[in-house]
Amino acid sequence: MIVLDSVSKNFPGASHFAVRDLSLEVHEGEMVALVGPSGCGKTTTLKMINRLIEPTSGSIFMDGRNILKNDPVQLRRGIGYVIQSVGLLPHKTIRQNIATVPRLLGWDRSKIDARVQELMEMLSLDGELLSRFPAELSGGQRQRVGVARALAVDPPVMLMDEPFGAVDPIVRARLQDQFLELQQTLRKTIIFVTHDIDEAIKMSDRIAILNKGGVLERYDTPEAVLREPGSEFVAMFVGEERGLKRLALIKVADIELEAGPVVSSSDAVEEALAKMAAADSDWASVLEKDQLKGWVESSALIGHSLVSEVTPVPFAARVTPTSSLREALDSIVTSRTRVAVVTSQDGRYLGTLTAGKISKEIAG
Amino acid sequence: MTLAAEPLIEWEWVVSHQGEILMRLGEHLTLTAIAVGIGLLVSLPLGVACFRVKKLYPPVTWVTGLLYTVPSLALFAFLVPYTGLTTLTAEIGLVSYTLLILIRNIVEGLGSVPAETKEAARGMGLSRRQILWKVELPLALPVILAGIRIATVTTIGLVTVTALIGKGGLGYFILQGLRRFFSTSIFVGALLSVAVAMGADGLLLLVQRFFTPWSRRRMTG
Repeated sequence: MIVLDSVSKNFPGASHFAVRDLSLEVHEGEMVALVGPSGCGKTTTLKMINRLIEPTSGSIFMDGRNILKNDPVQLRRGIGYVIQSVGLLPHKTIRQNIATVPRLLGWDRSKIDARVQELMEMLSLDGELLSRFPAELSGGQRQRVGVARALAVDPPVMLMDEPFGAVDPIVRARLQDQFLELQQTLRKTIIFVTHDIDEAIKMSDRIAILNKGGVLERYDTPEAVLREPGSEFVAMFVGEERGLKRLALIKVADIELEAGPVVSSSDAVEEALAKMAAADSDWASVLEKDQLKGWVESSALIGHSLVSEVTPVPFAARVTPTSSLREALDSIVTSRTRVAVVTSQDGRYLGTLTAGKISKEIAG
Repeated sequence: MTLAAEPLIEWEWVVSHQGEILMRLGEHLTLTAIAVGIGLLVSLPLGVACFRVKKLYPPVTWVTGLLYTVPSLALFAFLVPYTGLTTLTAEIGLVSYTLLILIRNIVEGLGSVPAETKEAARGMGLSRRQILWKVELPLALPVILAGIRIATVTTIGLVTVTALIGKGGLGYFILQGLRRFFSTSIFVGALLSVAVAMGADGLLLLVQRFFTPWSRRRMTG
């Protein structure tokens, strides 16, 4: 656990505090984003945790120990530090870059080699890159090498400064997804700085929003911040479309599904039409046992005796419990039935979601 | 005496004197190597100190600049009463001419290392000394080696002047030729001196490439 206790930083000669009286707690295994406008002291805060910048006052504890009272060089070797791709040593090969901290700690060669291989695989980097120099890699590859280097000695704590900043949006989204997946298994305590609120919402367990002069405006989960910004500054900072952004954070599994109009393929048409009328619907999902086969309109059934005589129309999109409400809404607005149909991974019908239901969930 | 009929280079002379020519060539190279070597030993700590303590740089530049502008002849004339017609006298002069170039390139080289790279190294837990030896100096190497090349080529030219105090390597032949109106000797001294300078420049360029592979391999496409 990392605790910042009334930490302030006033740079010599500056008229304003860069960070003022900042208290923050980061739990073990938690990923926290520091966000805010430029000049809010987010990078200063991050650098105070590995003492690249010394606080003017206050204390910082890591696992109960005051880090300001220990050797900063030793402290830094125990913290993974990721900065934009420029942070790789340009005159060292990728192998040497990743091996930097293990070598400082005096690991033997075979242990270093094994760890480097492991990290390359973990970050899906081609082993061929090991003998190259950073300038010979793409931006996305360099970024991943930066993460691999920070993970080299498996530190429990990682500090990341705009870790996905220097790449184009497509690569960034892919790196973010890959990193989230990695974090699922690694469970590191991570503090990262970003100017991109959407990145913070997507990546973090909690967001710390700082205002100019390093004043903490809000520290909560992305969902809570979006639901209730609490102040005009935070509302402005998280930006437009708060509702839509929240949809991306809530999973379909988190809300109660509606039963939806359902018929069985073994039903007689009369029976099926009665079910639709009862549900006040002119269409219904067609199930074979519990598997979703598609949907039929009531008008298509007329003239037949069994539902199975009519080929069901496949749904254009299905969502699963792990999908976000945003994906569900997308499915609703693009589907002719105006609902999102929810199935399990193996195609078992679970229910439906309507725009009204989602709206009720968001509005509270 | 029919001067005009004499050929510019008498090859028989060259052949009969090849032993002496090789000896003077060796002397020339030794004088140069010692001068640049000592120059580097003096410049490295001074350059690093000037880079870290910015206040030191202007006075150091002033002194080495002054040394650089003193005519070499005058410098030797000034030193001889104290140190005599010795290698020491020659080297004091030669070394002092390398300092300005070497120190300036060391300071500029260190200054060209990106701040982000140094901070990343610090953030990973490298000590100040490790950052100097493992990050700053290696990254400054192309600029420092460029300085060494200029200093070497300059020194090779200057060594010929030390012939006046009885040293001089290939300069000995130039001086001898001037005294005797013997063009072969002048040409041998001058041409070999130029050849040595070009050879040394080329060799150092190869050394630079060898030690800084990262600076020429770039991503293509």
